[in-house]
Amino acid sequence: MFETNLIAIALLSPLIVALFTLIFKNSKNLRDSLGFIGALISFYASIKISIGVLNHQSQSLFLFHLFKNLEFSFNVTPLGAIFGLVCSGLWILAAIYSVGYMRGNNEKKQTRFYSFYALSIFGALCVAWSSNLLLLFIFYEFLTFATYPLVAHKETEQSLKASRLYLGILVGSSLLFFLPAIIWVWYSTGTLNFVHGGILTNSFNPGYAPILLMLFIFGIGKAAIMPLHWWLPAAMVAPTPVSALLHAVAVVKAGVFSILMVCCYIFGIDFISETNSSNILIWIACFTILMSSIIAIQKDDLKARLAYSTVSQLSYIVLGGLIATQYSVIGSSMHIMMHAVGKITLFFCAGAIYVGAHLTKISQLDGTGKKIPIIYIAFAIGALSIIGIPPMGGSWSKFYLMMGAAQSMLTVVIIILIISSVLNAFYLLEPVFRAFYNLPKENIEFKVPQLVTIPIIASTGLIILLFFFYSPLLSLSMMVVK
Amino acid sequence: MIENLAIENNLPALQVVVPLLLAPIAALLTVPFLSWLVAMAGALFCLYSSITLFLKVSSGGTINYYMGGWLPPYGIEYVIDGASSFMIVIISFMGLIATIYAYTSLKFEISKNSQSKVYGMWLLALGGLLGLVTTGDAFNLFVFLEISSLSSVTLVALGANKDKRALTAAFNYLLIGAVGATFYVIGVGLLYSVTGTLNIADLTIKLSELSDNNAVKAGVSFIIIGLMVKAAIYPLHIWLPAAYTFAPTAVSVLLTATATKAALYVLARILFTLLSNADEFTHIILQWVFLPASIIAIFFGTIRAIYENDIKKLLAFSSLSQIGYITIGLSLGTASGIMASFIHIANHSMMKAALFMGIGSISILSNQRVKLNSLQGLGQSMPITSICLTIVILSLLGLPLTIGFISKIFLLKAVFNHGNWPVLFIIVLTSFLAMGYAWKLIEQIWMKEPNENSIKFIEKPSLYIPMIVLAFLNIVLGIYTFPVVNGALKSSEAIFWKVLS
Amino acid sequence: MIHGILGIWNYWIVIILMMTGLFIVISRHNLVKKMVGLTIFQTSVFLFYISLGKVQGGTAPILTGIKETLYSNPLPHVLILTAIVVGVATTALGLALILRIKNEFGTIEENEIAAINTKENSQ
Repeated sequence: MFETNLIAIALLSPLIVALFTLIFKNSKNLRDSLGFIGALISFYASIKISIGVLNHQSQSLFLFHLFKNLEFSFNVTPLGAIFGLVCSGLWILAAIYSVGYMRGNNEKKQTRFYSFYALSIFGALCVAWSSNLLLLFIFYEFLTFATYPLVAHKETEQSLKASRLYLGILVGSSLLFFLPAIIWVWYSTGTLNFVHGGILTNSFNPGYAPILLMLFIFGIGKAAIMPLHWWLPAAMVAPTPVSALLHAVAVVKAGVFSILMVCCYIFGIDFISETNSSNILIWIACFTILMSSIIAIQKDDLKARLAYSTVSQLSYIVLGGLIATQYSVIGSSMHIMMHAVGKITLFFCAGAIYVGAHLTKISQLDGTGKKIPIIYIAFAIGALSIIGIPPMGGSWSKFYLMMGAAQSMLTVVIIILIISSVLNAFYLLEPVFRAFYNLPKENIEFKVPQLVTIPIIASTGLIILLFFFYSPLLSLSMMVVK
Repeated sequence: MIENLAIENNLPALQVVVPLLLAPIAALLTVPFLSWLVAMAGALFCLYSSITLFLKVSSGGTINYYMGGWLPPYGIEYVIDGASSFMIVIISFMGLIATIYAYTSLKFEISKNSQSKVYGMWLLALGGLLGLVTTGDAFNLFVFLEISSLSSVTLVALGANKDKRALTAAFNYLLIGAVGATFYVIGVGLLYSVTGTLNIADLTIKLSELSDNNAVKAGVSFIIIGLMVKAAIYPLHIWLPAAYTFAPTAVSVLLTATATKAALYVLARILFTLLSNADEFTHIILQWVFLPASIIAIFFGTIRAIYENDIKKLLAFSSLSQIGYITIGLSLGTASGIMASFIHIANHSMMKAALFMGIGSISILSNQRVKLNSLQGLGQSMPITSICLTIVILSLLGLPLTIGFISKIFLLKAVFNHGNWPVLFIIVLTSFLAMGYAWKLIEQIWMKEPNENSIKFIEKPSLYIPMIVLAFLNIVLGIYTFPVVNGALKSSEAIFWKVLS
Repeated sequence: MIHGILGIWNYWIVIILMMTGLFIVISRHNLVKKMVGLTIFQTSVFLFYISLGKVQGGTAPILTGIKETLYSNPLPHVLILTAIVVGVATTALGLALILRIKNEFGTIEENEIAAINTKENSQ
């Protein structure tokens, strides 16, 4: 009984934060600390839930019946536990960081920002713990609209254009492809519940499975598979806390999480392999990985480069789900957490550089390493994690992904993974090298608030911690495929 | 004898008679407030009686009420079954909400000495619409069709106080409405000449043997065309944009929520109950008339709305495309399609009425037509109205957890059951296109700063309270879907006498 | 064959009147003429009904004292009485609207009204 309430606690916490932020909009310190407190509560509940899932105790919360056999209820799968941990845990860091960033930049409309930030976390957690595909879709859409005011925050013409593109691609893809796919599944099987091993095996025509999978992959636009990736670089007009938490963690991870859920709990990895549904899609994912890495190299704007890096990394996770072997799915599940922690570090650093000296381009960073060494070291560690080099956490997930590709004997995929790792090294380490080894162009002073530096150090520590303390994550990931 | 006079037994008749009787009383009272009270009394009574009848019928059975005790097929009967009771609940409820809203809004938009007479016309329209959906006699239907049309025309014309284009709008509505109603009469005449009866139930039985008769085919075609005018189905929709745009706001609210919906209900009755044994003929009508008309209506309404600057006209075009969704559901010819149509009938009434109320409040308080840039920065100057408008716009777009999403899901499922892939794609595509006009509104309201063109006024509770009620229902009924979905299910069972497909 | 065509002469009259009425409604600019067209259209429908109700050899459906009288069908006559009333109401409403339009616009020609509208609203 107490376990059920954990989900309610974790979900109510961001909702209440959103509400109280509006109520207390005039007392700045109280309003700004609400996010941090709410994040702590959510994270604590998430940890307990995940421990429960590890001990094979079912964690669920039932609210009411929606239609005939669909319930409005939450049920924590192992994958959902991972995603929930990522969201609520990184929210703690992001909450501290946003306060430092928003105050340091003197941004306006901060109340709206914090309120919708909390609402977005609520949406992401609901996506993580939905018990059926329809509920996931509902909160997936909710997440799109909850993040809109954050993307359009600056209210400039450029922000409005970017946010229209954001909405257009995400809502369009979900209406045109995702929703029909859901209805197709509902019509064929009569249910939409997430079941270990999938629900399609005996009730869906295997000949149509590739089409259905394609509808899902292109319908879940948040996973930024090409050519639906345009919204990600466009959304970088948002303030960096938004880019950091939402577009490195919550929104995009909701996308790849949904794809993994569809692969594991609707299709089932055996069904995917048997029906060869993912052959073409694997190539599309590989193309996305390579193409976005190539584009990233050419970008001078730091956030744009990080955005394309995210597009590339997301396709790693999708690839793991599409290859549909045990190791690849384990790798994808672990990469959700590893990439999130690594990317958030990178975005935090980019934001710190902006707050400190209003620099946005990599070419401007020459020689600035001496002024803010901590930031650049953190950036380097995050980059190494993404590239997949020990002793950073990201090396584990890379390892399992490669094993998965080997397990399915797709040598081309392994080669592509290696090539993209090399490219990652190029474009992610370039800022660090330029900062430490090039001569500075002019004398730039950096004023980075403490509230911005602390989360950076914390997340960097987390990266290294996850390398050594990886076994709970591995156990949860293994439970996804067992 | 005494129990024949009891109110409960005569509710089907009282439902229609009470508003009609109260109408001249309201019109003759000289104090507008008293007239409004009379109108409220009528609306409340209608709501009470419709809910009572709905509850009576939902536990099983149909109520056949014989006017004056004359048995059909010679007498006129009123039929309350699953479908008509659902419709009278919708019409009465929306009528009540519109009447509450009308109190303040009409004060601003109509000259003082006409206000009492407006409430008379208002009650006439309400009574006419209620009679339209409950009557079981084909010619009686024509009478109510005309009663509701003529009173609607008058109500639309009253917008002339603010904008004289209301007069031409009303005149065009009158002309085309009269032509449509006369077509309906021709159709009924043809059917009568073949079968010798006017009672709808009797016609159903007699027509089941006669489905190949040319006179019957001609008659049914005339009837359907006549009703398509009133239901504003493309291409007979031309009266709707002008009428909704230039009518007083409360009238737009009333008409959008009730008038077209009643006509759509009658169309469903004719197509599926009256012709329940004329499969081939119905199939031809549905596939070659309704389906193309609906698709064109959806595209036309949505695209035209994207380029429209006057917000009320934008909402009118949006209504056209939503009516297209309803008729797509009907054109599928399956029970799930009819159910989806009824769900959308109920949901769209609630959504559009709230939208018109919101935009109307803005135009009333600012005393000018609401253009796109009048909405700039509204989120700061009129927060309550803006929040309600946002909720309803998101509902219109089909955001999950709102009633708009429920309609979409049921419609998509019905199309899916029918296996019609192109139509499915068109529905989702146009839902996405609808963001083109809906998001412009939201951007203007929230994402821009108010400038000198935008409106800064203090919101009046009497204007936003009905809107809050509807916005609240938009969400609540989107989560607790049972009332609407169940009502629609009963309606489709009552209308569609075949085995469910 | 000619017998067949001439035998349904009442329908021909109805159709001709109906089309004439509709044509006037659509083609004439003058609003009063449109109302006239509408009235003609509605009258054709009345004739249609009444001619349907005629029984061969029957007299008007008004009770005489004589027992063996053959009456035409009274039902269409009743329906048409209702329809006539509706038509009167429509005409009255239409003419009232035309009067208001004349007061507001100064003209009752549809094309001139449209011109006034476009001129005023493009300013």
